[in-house]
Amino acid sequence: MEIEILGHKDTRSGFGEGLAELGRVNPNVLALCADLTGSLKMDAFLKENPDRFFQIGIAEANMMGIAAGMTIGGKIPFTGTFANFSTGRVYDQIRQSIAYSQKNVKICASHAGLTLGEDGATHQILEDIGMMRMLPNMTVIVPADFNQTKQATIAIADHQGPVYLRFGRPVMPIFIKPDAPFIIGKADVIKEGNDVTIIACGHLVWKSIEAIKTLEERGISVELINMHTIKPLDEAAILASVAKTKCVVSAEEHMINGGLGEAISQVLSRNLPVPQEFVGVDDSFGESGAPMELMTKYGIDTQNIISAVLKVLARKG
Amino acid sequence: MDNNKLVEIASQVRRDVLRMVHAVNSGHPGGSLGCADFLSFLYFEKLRINAENFTMDGKEEDLFFLSNGHISPVWYSVLARAGYFPVSELATFRRLSSRLQGHPSTDKKLPGIRMASGSLGQGLSVGIGAAISKKLNHDTNLVFTLHGDGELQEGQIWEAAMYASANKVDNIIATIDFNGRQIDGDLDDVLPLGNLSEKWKAFGWEVLEMDGHNFNSIRSVMDSAISLTGKGKPIVIIMKTEMGQGVDFMMGTHKWHGSAPNDQQLEAALEQLAETLGDY
Repeated sequence: MEIEILGHKDTRSGFGEGLAELGRVNPNVLALCADLTGSLKMDAFLKENPDRFFQIGIAEANMMGIAAGMTIGGKIPFTGTFANFSTGRVYDQIRQSIAYSQKNVKICASHAGLTLGEDGATHQILEDIGMMRMLPNMTVIVPADFNQTKQATIAIADHQGPVYLRFGRPVMPIFIKPDAPFIIGKADVIKEGNDVTIIACGHLVWKSIEAIKTLEERGISVELINMHTIKPLDEAAILASVAKTKCVVSAEEHMINGGLGEAISQVLSRNLPVPQEFVGVDDSFGESGAPMELMTKYGIDTQNIISAVLKVLARKG
Repeated sequence: MDNNKLVEIASQVRRDVLRMVHAVNSGHPGGSLGCADFLSFLYFEKLRINAENFTMDGKEEDLFFLSNGHISPVWYSVLARAGYFPVSELATFRRLSSRLQGHPSTDKKLPGIRMASGSLGQGLSVGIGAAISKKLNHDTNLVFTLHGDGELQEGQIWEAAMYASANKVDNIIATIDFNGRQIDGDLDDVLPLGNLSEKWKAFGWEVLEMDGHNFNSIRSVMDSAISLTGKGKPIVIIMKTEMGQGVDFMMGTHKWHGSAPNDQQLEAALEQLAETLGDY
């Protein structure tokens, strides 16, 4: 499989570029931040649109409420802080004032998962996808690389309704073309194959690409789906692929409990039960360390995907 | 509007509240009765609104947010009496498939409601956001919010208070229903607020005080509050009220915060409140 590396950047910078682009073309887009402007790469938007940027201070609950209120009158607020403070800290504010109230707020969450790194478990949220996908009315998007995060940021401004957009801190390979189509709820088939389906999101899409190189050397034909939208889930893409391969591995930088893998399981158990293996964090908090070391230690690295594929193939028989 | 007319409206609103809560044996009559005068004044005399053509965006209208959503009965009654939806719909309060949910919601599209509330402490942030949106839209109408005094125990209120003054959100008027009671008892026994007026002043707000059961006081203080908008500071009104106001045996206690009257109690209560606009 030839996947061209187009460069290396962090997904949060894709958000920053997308937001800046929106600032230039959509006067209703507002940006709010809770004292993490630099970390969220919101500087360009701030510089170009100081009257549409709102520094809330370290008060995330207030930020979510203000964003909800701003939608009344037609504004499209984008909130920016770490994923931990974008979800767990403010779950009730999101639940009542945004999701239940059907407000057009875009919750943009950086530093998600283990790859936040050295700050440790207090900041490494691994439950956010679960919390957000449980909320009625919420759309949940986890783009795979810099280019896709930029595309997704721009796309959600035109989507009416609350959105959770999750991205991360580390510099990773860019492999999705800047002009590739991005459609909310429509999965990307990165590579076609016949023996096994890998369905991944976020940084694990690249890890899956790495795994496929090894698997192909062993003669295993892998289909890789980038499930950038966790909710609404592209059930048709899952079923079409699994009907062919008859087994699946899910891969995500998130707790297995409540994540993408469970969402896929639900689709399969209702429609097409097949063996599934889960690459994700197994009911554990993280810890301090370098991002890639953490992915290895907590079982969400390339080797874990390879092992999961071999295991699921053995189960398929 | 003539004070006598406002008294009539508020009497009918109180009847509505008690009948709604009694009919389903659930809901929050105490705080509802305490805010009947204020909300009647707001909707029948002060707010610049278009009740017959409700829009979510409320452009070129004043906006009102009820942060202490549990007093939904009084809000629903006032909204219906002001023309947002048929008065007969009050009979559906808290019943299955009703637009009149136990706590206000937007998902069933009840005209007049722009934000769900019930989980406390969120409405001031929402009001500030809406007020900022109005400024961005060059809309000179105002945003009004109402909060319980117990609700001020929520930390988010103070995050919002700090933000609004620091950022000169001066097109919002927040009112505190200061009845001194909450579910578990007297506010001073549960968690005292200390010197509430000084707290708000320390947070950079203009602070006014008002008798929530005297229409002359309500009118003059509200006029003062409105005259203070646009001068760089948010405005808060500490409104002294009596939980259960208008029904003698519901006053002077927290017991009726979230309890419905039985048949005999309803009858005794309604005898104290004139039917002025016709029961629903």
